[in-house]
Amino acid sequence: MKYMLLINAGAIDAEGGAAECDEQDWAAYDKAVREAGILVSGESLADLVTATVVKVGADGARTVVDGPFAESREVLGGFYVIDVPDLDAALEWAARCPGARGSGSVVVRPVADFGA
Amino acid sequence: MRERASGAGRAVEAVFREEHGLLLASLVRRFGDLDLAEEVASEAIEAALVHWPVQGVPARPGAWLLTTARRRAVDRLRRDRAYAARLAALQVEMDRTGPVPPADTAADLPDERLQLFFTCAHPALPAEARGALMLRCLAGLSTPEVARAHLVPPTTMAQRIVRAKKKIREARIPFRVPGADELPERLPGVLQVLYSMFTEGYAASSGPDLQRPDLTGEAVRLVRILYRLLPAEREVAGLLALILLVHARHEARTDADGALVLLGDQDRDRWDRAMIEEGATLVTIALTGGPPGPYGVQAAIAALHDEAPDLAATDWPQIAALYDVLLVLTPSPVVALNRAVAVAMRDGDEAGLALLDQLSGEERLRGHHPYHAARGDLLRRLGRHSEAAAAYRRALDLAGSEPERAHLRRMLDATTRPPV
Repeated sequence: MKYMLLINAGAIDAEGGAAECDEQDWAAYDKAVREAGILVSGESLADLVTATVVKVGADGARTVVDGPFAESREVLGGFYVIDVPDLDAALEWAARCPGARGSGSVVVRPVADFGA
Repeated sequence: MRERASGAGRAVEAVFREEHGLLLASLVRRFGDLDLAEEVASEAIEAALVHWPVQGVPARPGAWLLTTARRRAVDRLRRDRAYAARLAALQVEMDRTGPVPPADTAADLPDERLQLFFTCAHPALPAEARGALMLRCLAGLSTPEVARAHLVPPTTMAQRIVRAKKKIREARIPFRVPGADELPERLPGVLQVLYSMFTEGYAASSGPDLQRPDLTGEAVRLVRILYRLLPAEREVAGLLALILLVHARHEARTDADGALVLLGDQDRDRWDRAMIEEGATLVTIALTGGPPGPYGVQAAIAALHDEAPDLAATDWPQIAALYDVLLVLTPSPVVALNRAVAVAMRDGDEAGLALLDQLSGEERLRGHHPYHAARGDLLRRLGRHSEAAAAYRRALDLAGSEPERAHLRRMLDATTRPPV
């Protein structure tokens, strides 16, 4: 069963990275996920200021704007998709994720299974 | 099912309520689907209501029900194409466990209810759904009964239960007993759900009645089951002790009109002595062999109340000391409030009031009617009637159940009436 771990950074440091964990923590976690053989995919997102929003209206008109600017302090910083037997296993991996520390949090969402 | 329960049906209903949790737990373990398990469990019970009055109750009713339910589940899965893949997987399981043994020679059924306890109380489920799921799945209450127990409309409760079951299924919350390393983390959640169920029944937060014996009765029953399943966990013994020692007083807590009777005014002959004895034995178990847990300490406090011949002769120094321990184990303003009341009994009303006033800044107590009622009591005993009246008024604004409100109105009257 696949679960997506959505990593929300709480406090952001001057470089736009999560303030409460360092590169080494992430490298160690990434290695652990890979070595456990549960990694489906995972990416770290570039800084929020690089984000752009696209919308298509009912008339087909396209609008492109800068953003989104987070209304809350939480900023989606990256994600992992892992394949583990059940929610408890997914929660265990989420708890080990450096992004879950301090003011950060990890949202665990099962990936919908349409029986394919 | 209940509507058509005839005389014979009523006779076996008690059996069903006892068997329901066991049956459901076994089915959930086998099929991994709470909805399917519930459906076939109730079908098996319906079948029993038809067959048992004619053929007699089988020697092993639980095994009969499980066999019937398992066959129905397999039939259902065969009919439902969406479940084809799961059936294939389950077929392996069925083959592995061999042919279904005849009901009356089956080996003892394994008790899988512990898994269900942990599933129902999983922290990933909304808090409001956990107790409801336990009542539904482990106590075998119908959804309308669960709704009544939670004082919400049946449709609201049905939605809550449906959503919780959907999350269990689709997020794949596992049916399993946490390992020894995880138990200290997960067990308190289970105990908390059962304790909340009991306290809501002990002092209803709203409604016409002070107590809800339906809810306290189910809570006692569920904690007994949990204690049978986890006899070595001292906090489970502690919780069972606590609720037995508190529940033992329930007859005396209201008078013939349903009005609240305070601890000091209760007819102690109406306390359930057998329950107190059982609770006291469990307190010893809960407090032996290691540092005490919060339920064990609260149970010890309840035991001291139960063993006292009257309010004045209660061992207040020891109760206050136990509250000191509890405050370290679970620091909370509510524990501090209870400690202040015990200190007032030990050291005098002034001392208690000083402690209560220290707590006046606590956000959680500002809207907590027992805090204001306790202040009112101490101020009244100190002869500060206008301040007492203000505290009682504040408590009355916040109080929940009608008997509690009536009691506070009486106290308010007593402090505002000119002295005779």
